[in-house]
Amino acid sequence: MMDKFTTLTAIAAPMPVENIDTDQIIPARFLKTIQRSGLGKNAFAAQRYNDDGSEKPDFVLNREPYRKAEILITLDNLGCGSSREHAPWALLDFGIRCVIAPSFADIFFNNCFKNGILPIRLPREICESLMEDAQMGANARITIDLENQLVQRPDGSTIPFEVDSFRKHMLIEGLDDIGQTLQHDSAIQSFEQKRQRDESWRPTIVMETVS
Amino acid sequence: MARTLFDKIWDDHVVERLPDGTCILYIDRHLLHEVTSPQAFEGLRMSGRRLRRPDATVAVVDHNVPTSDRSLPIEEPESRLQIETLEKNVAEFGVPYFKLRSKDQGIVHVVGPEQGISLPGMTIVCGDSHTSTHGAMGALAFGIGTSEVEHVMATQTLLQKPAKNMRITVSGQVGPGVTAKDIMLAIIGKIGTAGGTGHVMEFAGDAIRALDMAGRMTLCNMSIEAGARAGLVAPDETTFAYVEGRRFAPKGEDFEKACAYWRTLASDEGAVFDTEVTLDAAEIQPNLTWGTSPEDVIAIDGIVPDPAQFNDPARARQVQRMLDYMGLEAGQKIAGTRIDVAFIGSCTNSRIEDLRSAAAIAKGRHVAPGVRAMVVPGSGHVKAAAEAEGLDAIFREAGFEWREAGCSMCLGMNPDKLTSGQRCASTSNRNFEGRQGPGGRTHLCSPAMAAAAAVSGCFVDVREMA
Repeated sequence: MMDKFTTLTAIAAPMPVENIDTDQIIPARFLKTIQRSGLGKNAFAAQRYNDDGSEKPDFVLNREPYRKAEILITLDNLGCGSSREHAPWALLDFGIRCVIAPSFADIFFNNCFKNGILPIRLPREICESLMEDAQMGANARITIDLENQLVQRPDGSTIPFEVDSFRKHMLIEGLDDIGQTLQHDSAIQSFEQKRQRDESWRPTIVMETVS
Repeated sequence: MARTLFDKIWDDHVVERLPDGTCILYIDRHLLHEVTSPQAFEGLRMSGRRLRRPDATVAVVDHNVPTSDRSLPIEEPESRLQIETLEKNVAEFGVPYFKLRSKDQGIVHVVGPEQGISLPGMTIVCGDSHTSTHGAMGALAFGIGTSEVEHVMATQTLLQKPAKNMRITVSGQVGPGVTAKDIMLAIIGKIGTAGGTGHVMEFAGDAIRALDMAGRMTLCNMSIEAGARAGLVAPDETTFAYVEGRRFAPKGEDFEKACAYWRTLASDEGAVFDTEVTLDAAEIQPNLTWGTSPEDVIAIDGIVPDPAQFNDPARARQVQRMLDYMGLEAGQKIAGTRIDVAFIGSCTNSRIEDLRSAAAIAKGRHVAPGVRAMVVPGSGHVKAAAEAEGLDAIFREAGFEWREAGCSMCLGMNPDKLTSGQRCASTSNRNFEGRQGPGGRTHLCSPAMAAAAAVSGCFVDVREMA
């Protein structure tokens, strides 16, 4: 069960960079886990830490107040690269619940929703203005109102955003996709039966033993 | 109404269309590996759900297996744990599994087509973005996250909205020394890493028809690098000849029935594509990347760009940052740039055809002093086939390492890694910062170009070495 997402008022970290890929969000060497949690400490590892493990003081997520950021704002094509869900897991474990960018890579965009992170697409100029807001530091809290589909800037003005109605419903209710789909189990069963009847040439994978 | 190849495969797999347009899409094949499956199996176990179709699921280890001597135990404790976890999970849930010390083991995207698991017209998913590779079969194949892996395990379906249709037509024929990798790098260089976002990309045109299955797999493999949800090549006689006789492919009368269906899948005359891109094959040169995004492509006779030529200050800063990371100077010729490592392998370029093309360059030459060159076959069967042809001997005599199958140096999750500052001619698919090891500098290129760089010690035009 995911945490419900209704409204979020939080510090936003600006990262004015395009094409932030999943290898930057969580480098491959940290994927050797069999759990979902614990990846936050290595989020953006290459940019966040020196070789000796000490923090790079200039990196945004190492600076106050952004160490406590729950919103991340970037430029185009956020999350390109791998399908690894470790990328949203790492962001979530760090504390990020909302990512805002002019555009996203498809798989990453999907993976965010499935982990209770809201990805918001906004035009580049607006992302740049929000990044300017975020530069104001601790006083620059941004509010995300999912129900009304609004981003509220620190000056109180609001910006509407689009979100898929199904995804919105799932986030607000904290619902898990599998339970939802299994309500259609009889449709899946009849699809399978029709296949078996009409297209018996379709092979299955049967192996006597492990090969 | 005229439909595209994508439309047809999609329509044949819709179980139910929900009111908002989301579809419950039936999945024919689910491929599993050790990195993105443990949390999904755990989820299944915790919710008391069963694996719906073990007979449509296959597991293999590839990402973090060492490619050295397989008789030795795996030293890395975390890698060992992931592999042991997969073995425990496949036993518990009854999943067909190609184990580490089997000839059937290899990179999941090499194994699927090779075993006849991936077939035309299918929907194929795997918790790995390079699942797009299987699109070469004329199958709708795409990478999914671990939540979706669990969703497929439990329901054999995914919740999806249809993608837009894109067609990339490469007309004419490529010149000598120009491979599928060069075609794909040219495409990504032209449309960018977000060029295909939201689309399924069908490759068409004479230059694509002329490619063998390995070449088509290279193209579709990197369609994700162009941002596409999936890549597709319409199944044709080349495809059917490849499929026939493979282990899990339909046999005899079933194969005939299957072919009859597969022949109906090609995009109809007059089908409308949301986006069309065309390239002239004759203009494509042997290509390679200079920066840290797969769209940073130049021809072998090209020069490294200058940040000053970009009007957008953000882009100029990014180019400068890439040059600094890659240790390159603006305006320098890429040919002649010295390398430290050559890596021939990965789900992009580790099939027998790839190894033949690298071996043709390596034959009778020797790896340059100071260069480490490694060849990592895509599967146990590729390795055996190469050895039967004597390719291993050619590589060994030329000073290349001849290794066991796995993802190897493509992603720095196993012992094969670059060290900081090392420059690599790599046949893999991503040149992201740190992808092949922290601080490593990756130049993507074809197997022949990587072999040519290995024996020359620097990037050279492979056409001058024939």
